[in-house]
Amino acid sequence: MPNWTAAAAMLVAVLFFNLLFTPSFFHVAIRDGRLFGSLIDILNRAVPVGLLSLGMTLVIATGGVDLSVGAVMAISGTVAAGLIARPPETPFAGGKSVPALAIPAALLAAMGCGLFNGILVAILDFQPIIATLLLMVAGRGVAQLLANGQIVTFSEPSFAAIARGATAMLPNPVWLLAITFVLFSLATRATALGLFVEATGSNPSAANLVGINARAVKIAVYTLCALCGGLAGIVITGDIQAADANNSGLYMELDAILAVSVGGTALAGGRFSLVGSIVGALLMQALTTTILTRGVSPEITLVLKAAVVVTVCLLQAPAFRDSISRYLPKKVPA
Amino acid sequence: MTSILELKGIGKRFPGVVALDGVDFDLRAGEVHALMGENGAGKSTLIKTMTGVYEPTAGHILVEGNPISFRSPDEAVRHGVSTVYQEVNLVPNLSVMENILLGREPKGPFGIKWRGVKERAEKAVRRLGLDVDVRTPLGSLSIAVQQLVAIARALDVSARVLVLDEPTSSLDAGEVEALFEVVRRLRDEGMGIIFVSHFLDQVYAISDRITVLRNGQKVGTWMAKDLLKIELVSQMIGRDASALVRTESIAQAASSGEAIISAKSVGRRGSVSDVSFEIKPGETLGFAGLLGSGRTEVLRLIYGIDHSDSGTLIFDGKSVSKVRPRDSIHRGIGFLSEDRKAEGIFPELSIRENMLILYQVKQGWFRRIPLLKQKQLAKDLAEKLKVQPPDVERSIQQLSGGNQQKALLARWLAVEPRLLLLDEPTRGIDVGAKFEIMSLVESLRQSGSSFVFVSSELSEVVKTCTQVVVMRDRKAVGTLVGADITEESIVEAIAS
Amino acid sequence: MNRASLLEKMPVAITAVVLITMTVAAGLHFPNFLTLRVLTNLLADNAFLGVVAVGLTFVILTGGIDLSVGSMVGLSSIAVAKLMAGGHMHPLLAMAVPIVGGAVLGASQGFLIAKYKLPPFLVTLAGLFLCRGIALKISLESLQIDHPFFNVLTGWSFALPGKAALTAPAVSLIVVVAFGIWLARQTAYGRAVYAIGGNQPSARLMGLPVDRTLIVTYGISGLCAALGGVLFAVYTSSGNAISGTGLELDAIAAVVIGGTLLSGGYGSVVGTLLGIGILGVVQTAITFQGTLSSWWTKIVIGILLLVFMLIQRTIESVARRAQNA
Repeated sequence: MPNWTAAAAMLVAVLFFNLLFTPSFFHVAIRDGRLFGSLIDILNRAVPVGLLSLGMTLVIATGGVDLSVGAVMAISGTVAAGLIARPPETPFAGGKSVPALAIPAALLAAMGCGLFNGILVAILDFQPIIATLLLMVAGRGVAQLLANGQIVTFSEPSFAAIARGATAMLPNPVWLLAITFVLFSLATRATALGLFVEATGSNPSAANLVGINARAVKIAVYTLCALCGGLAGIVITGDIQAADANNSGLYMELDAILAVSVGGTALAGGRFSLVGSIVGALLMQALTTTILTRGVSPEITLVLKAAVVVTVCLLQAPAFRDSISRYLPKKVPA
Repeated sequence: MTSILELKGIGKRFPGVVALDGVDFDLRAGEVHALMGENGAGKSTLIKTMTGVYEPTAGHILVEGNPISFRSPDEAVRHGVSTVYQEVNLVPNLSVMENILLGREPKGPFGIKWRGVKERAEKAVRRLGLDVDVRTPLGSLSIAVQQLVAIARALDVSARVLVLDEPTSSLDAGEVEALFEVVRRLRDEGMGIIFVSHFLDQVYAISDRITVLRNGQKVGTWMAKDLLKIELVSQMIGRDASALVRTESIAQAASSGEAIISAKSVGRRGSVSDVSFEIKPGETLGFAGLLGSGRTEVLRLIYGIDHSDSGTLIFDGKSVSKVRPRDSIHRGIGFLSEDRKAEGIFPELSIRENMLILYQVKQGWFRRIPLLKQKQLAKDLAEKLKVQPPDVERSIQQLSGGNQQKALLARWLAVEPRLLLLDEPTRGIDVGAKFEIMSLVESLRQSGSSFVFVSSELSEVVKTCTQVVVMRDRKAVGTLVGADITEESIVEAIAS
Repeated sequence: MNRASLLEKMPVAITAVVLITMTVAAGLHFPNFLTLRVLTNLLADNAFLGVVAVGLTFVILTGGIDLSVGSMVGLSSIAVAKLMAGGHMHPLLAMAVPIVGGAVLGASQGFLIAKYKLPPFLVTLAGLFLCRGIALKISLESLQIDHPFFNVLTGWSFALPGKAALTAPAVSLIVVVAFGIWLARQTAYGRAVYAIGGNQPSARLMGLPVDRTLIVTYGISGLCAALGGVLFAVYTSSGNAISGTGLELDAIAAVVIGGTLLSGGYGSVVGTLLGIGILGVVQTAITFQGTLSSWWTKIVIGILLLVFMLIQRTIESVARRAQNA
């Protein structure tokens, strides 16, 4: 199984560090019938990256990658905000505000993006990095086009509640992530989809020989990944009650890739772990929150992420393991 | 005559495998010396030790009498040992002249002197009697010409030893002759040439001496003119003393019923041509022939990995074309690749998942086999095939080669195919596992399943097959049935 | 046409035709478009992008990718401003420090890619984070540069007829392109880059210094990106940590549109210059048009990129068929 114990251990260590040095970190208060505190904050803020990492896990397990999810977030947020606010001089201008349609339309737009990526990768056989780079560039342009370059603001309590409300003491986004996680787990592990994804990433030639339809598998995972981008876009848009086509989800695809790799899913494809990716997303957020509460400048999180990416890559690389193994005590085979 | 390259007592072990064991070899100036052996005999390992890719774990190498150890291909080249590999190891995107001189271009004050490059390259190709514009991009030339360019590059560094590792595999007869012309010219200039090939006729056409390897050991060295072709084949294949005699049931197996599949002069350009056969229920069809004779290619055509472009394939009485592996699986045809690692196992997955993935594919992605049932099925299969260790939750990578092969066989048995194509199912596995796999094939055949069986070990082909198609140089050259199938008759058909 | 020359010449030829067609079309549509002044402005406005793209061309020729160039531009531009403002460093030294730093950082990425076979896109992704983090750490605010010597540099230009003038960044771009062409065509290093992109295992068996070449290549890309940042500082008389955001994508687009194959081995620095030309003409035409908004640039670049990728794919499959026949 993919090894996410290291990520979990790091998460525990970060929390332990806070237990020692930031006593208020573990305070959880109940106000207005919901929980407040740093821990809840970590959970809540980890949601967008957590959502992205679920879809990204499947894409990476097939041996691919999706750089476009940040732009997909911008598109889905803009579609949702557009249908609610009906801003002038945009394609949405003039109609009635339809909050009920906002979410399905946003998710549909996102899945359209995913289908586009999937076709480029699976049918036209473009390298995943480049195929998804395309939408990463143009997608943001499309989002700006839809918003006519404005930041689309709106005031729609029912939509904002998705991001700002709480149910059974916990913020709604946390529930959204939990439900998505359960659905993804069921979709991959209660069916054979997960096995086919792993087989495709583990050995594409062998997958072809046992009759797995790798094209269909790939199109499915890129579509699911974009769907996650759509959900994350809705959460962010609901949170600030505005869609910012320029900055919504910027660099978040990179955070998601990071969460997945920290969570033990090998970047070369094969075995994946959805739990691991969630742990990875929580770890990244816990680090960020810790840095903020310690008063260290937030820019350092970027440097820290860079260090984590390189470390994780090196530890996964056979060439690096070989080169350090001579300095390590020999493992006795069981 | 003096030896320009001598190998003494060369041994090479990899973790858990002895690839070479005390091999002596010598190459004289002005001779073509053929190196022969079946797959796994140690040919390529020996080539790699004398060209600096591997360092031997025992023995030493002498170049013109001086002991030398090569630590890299580069160093071997500097000592005058150059290699031309089967796949042309040049870069297709650069011109002929650049490929000849890459890394040692003449330079002037403004960098590379292209006029100098062109002149030197032209001289090099002229030496080989090759008429080609050296500014042409390499990738646009035929493989044969690329091969000659590779030789030109090897010669540019005043090589004394030229190693040709299966240079003719992708050449047609005329191209081979052109290559041999060059080889003879170089030999007459006093160069020592090592020639590796699976094509017997070519070996006899060009070689002065022949050395045969088997199982990592040297069998012997002969003058080519003193060694009969049939003797050479038996030296290469060896006689397996433990071989069982062909059982009565196989010799007398009478085929009945409609053919599952039949091929009429099936071929594919650049691959195989003119292959015909018919397989009925309860038959095991063997393809015999040396490595590279086109056996694997035929299986790939049947299964639908490659597509034939001539002749007809008839399945259950209906002509089929453009089959994909997926279609074959649904028709009840299975395929076990000779390359376990590249086309067989899913290294990250467990033994259970590796065994049941096909079953799952046939069920469809939505109807997942419940875990308990999976475990039971995998356990039963592991027991039936005696997979060791029997813990099916382990990673498949923890199994030995033979047990991995059994697990892959189990993958197919789980879906009970009507016809299973087995490509070298016994290669690289221990004797016990070999025996078990062959017994299993035979017992399944008796209960009505059909097989295609490809093996380099003639004794295995003789033991398991009810009919044998003999392949040579990518053509079917004969079919043997029933009592006619003996090692001798197959060897004769290969060598004739 | 045979396979290799098809792959070598067709994409660049298509790019050149597209560039000429677009320029002529724009010239017919907008009366003042076809002037020397518009051309020199185009060079000045795209100088930093061009320099970055030249460095990236070498990386893509080896079959790799460098995503860190955009943040490197930001880091280098803010570093120049900070070194001059806070450190009272002489502008020449203040410009040299980031350039050397960029080369070293790039080479370290190359080291990880060559020695440990890490995927280039992940290593340079880490580089992207690292550079942007350090840049933001240096200053969140944009820093104005005001130094007599630097002002001379910013104001300097080489006058040409028709009110046109070559600014310092434009001249730098021309120098870098010329140097890049020489490096790619005339040096053993340059040929090794093509060989690695053509077939890396073969290049190794042919005895070429594959690891060293890769390290140098990513070093050159880092150096060019840092130089791009310095030019950006000269162009805007300021340093800004978030400058160059998303620039890596424009640079990749320029390289690909310029006919360099993403799989490596085929392409040229000249092609990249043509690619920059196409991006510049699109940008200028959109500005000339006046009513089209800036995001159309992104969408048009995306569409152009897709079209050129499809063209490359088609040429590749035609070439493969020609090879088999």
